[in-house]
Amino acid sequence: MLENRYNAAVPQLPPQTAPKIDDPDRALVQAARQGDFEAFGQLVGRYERPIYNLAMRISDRREDAEDIVQETFLSVVEHIRDFREGSTFYTWLVRIATNHALKVLRKRRGLNVIPLEVDSDEQTPLPHPDFIARWKDEPSVLAQDHEAQRLVEAALGELDEKYRLVFVLRDLEGLSTEETAGALGISVANAKVRLLRARLMLRERLTKAFGDEATRLEPHKH
Amino acid sequence: MKCEELLKALNDYVDGELDPGLCEEFEQHLAGCNPCQVVVDNIRKTIKFYRGGQAYEVPPELCQRLRATLRERWREKFHT
Repeated sequence: MLENRYNAAVPQLPPQTAPKIDDPDRALVQAARQGDFEAFGQLVGRYERPIYNLAMRISDRREDAEDIVQETFLSVVEHIRDFREGSTFYTWLVRIATNHALKVLRKRRGLNVIPLEVDSDEQTPLPHPDFIARWKDEPSVLAQDHEAQRLVEAALGELDEKYRLVFVLRDLEGLSTEETAGALGISVANAKVRLLRARLMLRERLTKAFGDEATRLEPHKH
Repeated sequence: MKCEELLKALNDYVDGELDPGLCEEFEQHLAGCNPCQVVVDNIRKTIKFYRGGQAYEVPPELCQRLRATLRERWREKFHT
């Protein structure tokens, strides 16, 4: 079993290597660190929804997502004075939430660490695109439809957890491939293959929903 | 570059991490292959859709419970 280095609840950068970061939350964070609860409350108000969405996307269960959100902000109360501004506040918050979410998943499986999996993804052929068509509209327009949003979230929820986690951490939360691999206890190569599979599967599902049938193309023979 | 090879390099191309030589090959293939062009566009749109979305509303009872819990913990921590 590989010890997940993200077991540490609250990630830190050592102060001497911390780069100067342009953080829109700096004033609120500094006030909160001085004990200003109203300032902290504004940070909660600003980020509870994105953190809840992150928690739902990782855990796929409302009850777990609620626990993750609560534990995340409780960790912030506990450690805000330790926050060294080596990253933006939101990046730090996402790391904390991700750690709590992964703990929930490990607990679900009855494990203390995420096992280093012997994974067949690297050997198994990639899923080839089948439904190929231009989308009817831009994502920003399609996203205004609540039904479309539900479909999209359902597609993500139906992905195998090992693909969903890589996609959420890498593509949605902006972790690097190396950070994603480290958080999940898998190799970088494995993370890359899982990400590709996740993207291809989601592409297939979303294109079936949003693709313009009139523009449909035949895939090339393999 | 054939479609099969393009598929393997798709991630790196979309992420802008493909080395220049391969990138050129990739783009030459795209210039002559409409299905692959559309697949690349689909992938970009897929990622964009998810990045832009916050489909879930925070349940009101969670908001209330969260604030009460945080206020209590804050008082303990900061003695306010």
